[in-house]
Amino acid sequence: MNVDAPSRTSSATTRGGFRPSRRQALLGWIYATPTAVFVVALFLVPLLLVIKMSLSRWPLLSGDQGPNAPDNFTKAIDHRFFTDSVVFTIKYTVIATVLLLLLGLGMALLVQESSRWNNLLRASFLVPSALGLASASLLFYVLYSPYASPFAPVMESLGITFLGSPNAALFSTVFLIVWRYAGFYMVLMLVGLQSIPADVFEAARSDGATRWQTFRSITLPLLRPTLALTTVLCVTGSLLAFEQFYILTKGGPDNSTITVVQLIYMIAFQGQNDLGVAAALSVIVLAALVLINALQLRAFRSEEN
Amino acid sequence: MTVDSSPTSAAVAGSPRRPPRMPSGPGRQRGLTIAGVAFRTPYWVFTGAVAVVFLFPLVWTAVASVSPQAGTNQVTGWGFGNYATLADYQAGIWRYLANSAFVSLLTVALTLLISFLGGYAFARFRFPGRNLLFLLTLAILMVPYATLLIPLYVLLNEVGLQNSLVGVALVLTMFQLPFSTFLMRISFEAVPRELDEAAMVDGCSSFSALWRVLVPAVKPGLITVGLFAFLAAWNDFMAPLILINDSERMTLPLAVSNLRGQVQGVVDYGATEAGVVVLALPCIVLFLLLQRHYVRGFMSGALKG
Repeated sequence: MNVDAPSRTSSATTRGGFRPSRRQALLGWIYATPTAVFVVALFLVPLLLVIKMSLSRWPLLSGDQGPNAPDNFTKAIDHRFFTDSVVFTIKYTVIATVLLLLLGLGMALLVQESSRWNNLLRASFLVPSALGLASASLLFYVLYSPYASPFAPVMESLGITFLGSPNAALFSTVFLIVWRYAGFYMVLMLVGLQSIPADVFEAARSDGATRWQTFRSITLPLLRPTLALTTVLCVTGSLLAFEQFYILTKGGPDNSTITVVQLIYMIAFQGQNDLGVAAALSVIVLAALVLINALQLRAFRSEEN
Repeated sequence: MTVDSSPTSAAVAGSPRRPPRMPSGPGRQRGLTIAGVAFRTPYWVFTGAVAVVFLFPLVWTAVASVSPQAGTNQVTGWGFGNYATLADYQAGIWRYLANSAFVSLLTVALTLLISFLGGYAFARFRFPGRNLLFLLTLAILMVPYATLLIPLYVLLNEVGLQNSLVGVALVLTMFQLPFSTFLMRISFEAVPRELDEAAMVDGCSSFSALWRVLVPAVKPGLITVGLFAFLAAWNDFMAPLILINDSERMTLPLAVSNLRGQVQGVVDYGATEAGVVVLALPCIVLFLLLQRHYVRGFMSGALKG
């Protein structure tokens, strides 16, 4: 810090009455105005608009608009991919969340101690999370191709392809996501582990607890807030999956990997071009996410008591 | 630096804080005794193998991108043919790089400016509506990106910013606000009030106190905010995919992803690899330079949820 702050003013005098509160309020609003403009114009207005759109006829290219509730919602639910995409998205979310949290915690425990080797490991686990999801997906698109992949000869001799069958496509995508995000969850777990006081572990050791006992009855319970947070993050992120499937599988094979967000995109911009129905599906996703987050937070809180 | 020494900042880069000690395990063996090495070797081999799994896709892509045999799994010889193909693709890579740079830098500038002023207002001033505005800013997190893109498309169309890189930057800035405003507010709150109040008593206007005293004091926060705004904008796929339909105005991730499957069945794997390298290079360089800020960003990113 290269500023010499004179120490003669005490905060008591300034806080007491140096700055009149009206001036304070005015200045506060001046500094907060850009935030307010962005929040209103690009968040609140679109939020209200998506609800209005979901209740109106709204073709992509200009056409007649007008209320048609609840047609958009019934059309969205009746869409031939609706049920499949919901089921697939939930399936993907469960698999990705379980794997990411287990691996994130496992990796954090592996490299928990600070040493030069562990710092190197942490960095190499974390590098993939510097990449964008789209870049990572493109990278794996090549890595999974039958032509350019270094694994192609092995896969060919085994008679399988990375993206050829619905299950292979799902797990190949999950692997990409684990590669991209495991380091991120490792960092969150590491910080959670660091917040556990060292004396607790020492007490357990002097009581003769085994490593497994210590992990089960000390580490896991004290890590609960971190686990709650990471679960919510992971579930929310996975339910909104788009790029990884849009780039890697394009929804295939046989439309088996279409996620809900991908369906919104398809309805709005490919084929149907019906923004009203896409908005209705957006509103459904939004409501579901808010509900799921509230339920998750509540579940974790009540377990704590 | 008050902000810098927060416990979260050092989780990865050689922590000055005492790591929690496990009752037993590889970490406890200090010094290279024969028994210690024998005990640690399996640990080194295992964790090293995991690190290789994380690094292999990046290294292989970088090597394959300079191999002349594009689209095969033979990586022999070297040459920049893939990069030449990429450079000549459609409007040309320089065009797409310029588009991406423009969107990223505009997003960084807007995010820094707005969250700096907003964070200052929230941390230092009491004004009517302050808590409501802060909560609304954080609420952006509850309403994910994907569900607002349909109304944002309509709104930006309405004001003539659809198919415009400025429109993309505005949307990206809005979605950075919860993280950046939250982080700047904490950064300002960690700076003692006496510092800027003293400057004002000494005759600085509130604005010049902000500029000359507080900018240096919250620099680590600004770096983290700028880093994450840059990465979010550089890597974003969905906003340009939906908002841009002119191929002249595509950003780099969009252009690279179009390399696969423009013509039915023809994918230029080599050029895709080159594109991934161009996309990933700035991210990895920033990661290596700013590791510490990465962890801070992850932490504030997680805290806000």
